[in-house]
Amino acid sequence: MEIIVCIKQVPDSASVKIDPETNTLMRQGVPAIVNPFDMHALEAALQLKEIHGGTITVVTMGPPQATEALRECVALGADKGVLVSDRAFGGSDTLATSYTLASAVRKLGKYDLIICGMQAIDGDTAQVGPSMAEQLEIAQLTFVSKVEINGDTVTVQREQDECYEVVEAKLPLLMTVVRSINDPRFPNVKGIMKAKKAKFDEFGLADLDVDETRLGLKGSPTKVSKIFSPPKRSDTVVIKKDTAKEAVAELITRLKDAKIV
Amino acid sequence: MAVIIKDDLCIGCGSCEGTCPFGVIEMKDDKAVINVGCTSCGACVESCPVEAIINIAEEVVLVGDKNSYKNVFVYIELYEGKPRNVGLELLGQGRMLADKMNQKLAAVIIGDKVADLAKEAFAFGADTVYLVEAPELKNFSTDGYAMAFEDLIQTYKPSVILYGATKDGRDLGPRIACRVRTGLTADCTGLGIDEETGLVAWTRPAFGGNIMATILCPEHRPQMGTVRPSVFKKPVPDYTKTGEIINVASKAKAEDIRTKLIDIIKIAGSSVNLHEAKIIVSGGRGMGKPENFALVQALADVLGASVGSSRAAVDAGWMPYPHQVGQTGKTVGPTIYFACGISGAIQHLAGMSSSEVIIAINNDPEAPIFGVANYGIVGDVLEVLPVLTEELKIALKK
Repeated sequence: MEIIVCIKQVPDSASVKIDPETNTLMRQGVPAIVNPFDMHALEAALQLKEIHGGTITVVTMGPPQATEALRECVALGADKGVLVSDRAFGGSDTLATSYTLASAVRKLGKYDLIICGMQAIDGDTAQVGPSMAEQLEIAQLTFVSKVEINGDTVTVQREQDECYEVVEAKLPLLMTVVRSINDPRFPNVKGIMKAKKAKFDEFGLADLDVDETRLGLKGSPTKVSKIFSPPKRSDTVVIKKDTAKEAVAELITRLKDAKIV
Repeated sequence: MAVIIKDDLCIGCGSCEGTCPFGVIEMKDDKAVINVGCTSCGACVESCPVEAIINIAEEVVLVGDKNSYKNVFVYIELYEGKPRNVGLELLGQGRMLADKMNQKLAAVIIGDKVADLAKEAFAFGADTVYLVEAPELKNFSTDGYAMAFEDLIQTYKPSVILYGATKDGRDLGPRIACRVRTGLTADCTGLGIDEETGLVAWTRPAFGGNIMATILCPEHRPQMGTVRPSVFKKPVPDYTKTGEIINVASKAKAEDIRTKLIDIIKIAGSSVNLHEAKIIVSGGRGMGKPENFALVQALADVLGASVGSSRAAVDAGWMPYPHQVGQTGKTVGPTIYFACGISGAIQHLAGMSSSEVIIAINNDPEAPIFGVANYGIVGDVLEVLPVLTEELKIALKK
C-alpha cells in the first residue's frame, strides 16, 4: 500500500508568547516541532504498513528547515520524505496550500491513501486535508479515531460531538485523524541513524505542474487584516479565606447578590 | 454549473455540434457557440479535440463579477432530524450581517423529508429557505452535501455563507470552498462588517488561542466561514413569521456519494453534550487523580450540569476525549462554567471564555483562569468542592 502522510512544522504553541507592548507574536526561541496531530497521522500510517506492507512518503510544505520535520518522521519509520518549498508558495492560505500540496502529491504518482492530522496547532483550521481531497477528486474521511482496511475497503470510526460514526469508503481516499486514534511511538537508535543520513526530494515551483496565479499570497482568497490579543477580564472577584467553608459561604452570598443562584 | 466554450481555443472543427442532445450548439464565424437552452449536461465536453469546452463547475473564475453575489446563507445542520443549535445561533448572526448589508437572509436545509423544519428557520429570522430534499441526502455525506451547495452557489449566488464549525461543518466547508475557489475562514468566534470595505470581518483565534486574527475575503465570492458553536446566543424565535420556501432539486445520485454511513455508536452515559449544556462543571489536573472526578460529578449532579475536562486531564487518561473543553476540544458557552483545578492554559480558555459566568477554584492565585473568571476561590479544590456541593444543594432547596 502506498501511503502519503502530510505533515507541517509548527512553532510549539504552548511556548508562544505575546509581546505585550507591540501585540505581536514572539516567535524567537520558540522550538519548531512536527504538528502533534501529524504524529498521530504518521503513527496510523506505520501501523497500516505493518499490516499491509508498502511504503510511507511524508510530504511537507514549508521553508528549507522543514527538512528537520521530515527527518523526525524517517527516524520513526517513514520511507521517504519530500519537501515542497519555494518563495512563490509563501503567504498561502488553506486554498493555495492545498492546491500546492495536491500538485506535489500528483507528481509523486500512484497512491492509495493520504493521511493528515485533523488540524495544525498554529492555524487550527482543519481545512487543508479536505481541500486537498477536493483538489485530487478523491473521497475524504475526517476526524477519524479508528481505521481498518480490507482489500480496497476502508472502514473508520469518525468522531462526532455526541457519538461515533462508522463510515465506509473505497481507496484511494484521504483521511484526517484525531489524537485518540493511537499513541505515537518513539524513535529507536536504528531509526535515528537512518534519519541522519536521509536525503529528501525537493519540489519547487519549476518542478510542479501548477497555475502560478493560484499560488502563494496572490492565490489566496483570504487576507489577514488585523492581529490582536484576546481580551482579558479585569473585574474578577477573588475569594481567599482560611477555610473552605468560609470561602464557599462568601461565594454563595455573592452569587445570590448577583441573582445567579 | 454551466458549460462554456473558450473562444481562444476553439478551432471551429464542428465536432461538438452533433453531440448536443438539445441541439443548441451552432457554428458562427468558424467558432462553436452555445445558444439559450443549454442544460449544462456536459455531453459536448468530451467531444472537443482541443479541450475548448469546459464545465465551469470545474473552473470557476469569480473574480470580477463579485457584485452579482447577494444575500446571506446559513447552513442549518441537522442532527437526528433536528437543527443543531449552532445553525439557529447563526441565523441571529446572519440576520445582523444581512441587515447591515441591506440583503436577505436565507437558511439552507438539506436532508430527506425535512420540509417541516422551514418554519423553525423562519421563526429564527430567515426570509427564505432553500430546501434540498432527496433520499440520498438523508444522512450527511461530504459528496452529497457539497454537490447541493455547489449547485446553490452557482444558481443563487449568495455573497456570504455561514456554517457551524462542527465536525460536519468543518468537513464540508473546505470541500465547497475549494470547489468554487473561494476563501473560507475557519472556526470564527466573531463576525462583523468591516467599515472601510463593507466586507464580512471574520475573527478567529489562532496559535492555540494566543492571538486573535481578523480575516477578509476581498475578491472571491461567496465569502464563507465556519463559526464555533455556543459563541453566539440563539435569537428569540417568533413562530408567527413566515417566508418563501424554494425547493431545489438534488443533483446527487447514489453513485456520486463515495462514503457510506454504516452505524452510529452513542457514547455511553452521555452527559457529554457540552454544546447544549446550561451549566458545566469541569475538572483539570488539579483534581489530582481520576477518582477525584467523583467530586466534580457530584457537583454536576446537584446542578443538573454536564461534566467537562481540561486537556491535561484527558491527556492523563482521567477523562475521555468527548469531555474535553478547549481549542482542540469543544467550545462551550453555558450560563455557568465551573473550572475546578484548572490552571487555565490559553488553549482551555479559548474553549470556554464566552461562558456567561465563570467560577474558578484553584490553589494558585496567579493561575491564568482567574484572568477570565467572574468569581474565583483561591484554595484546595478537593476541600472546596464537597463544601460547595453541600451548600449549593441547600441553597437550591430554598
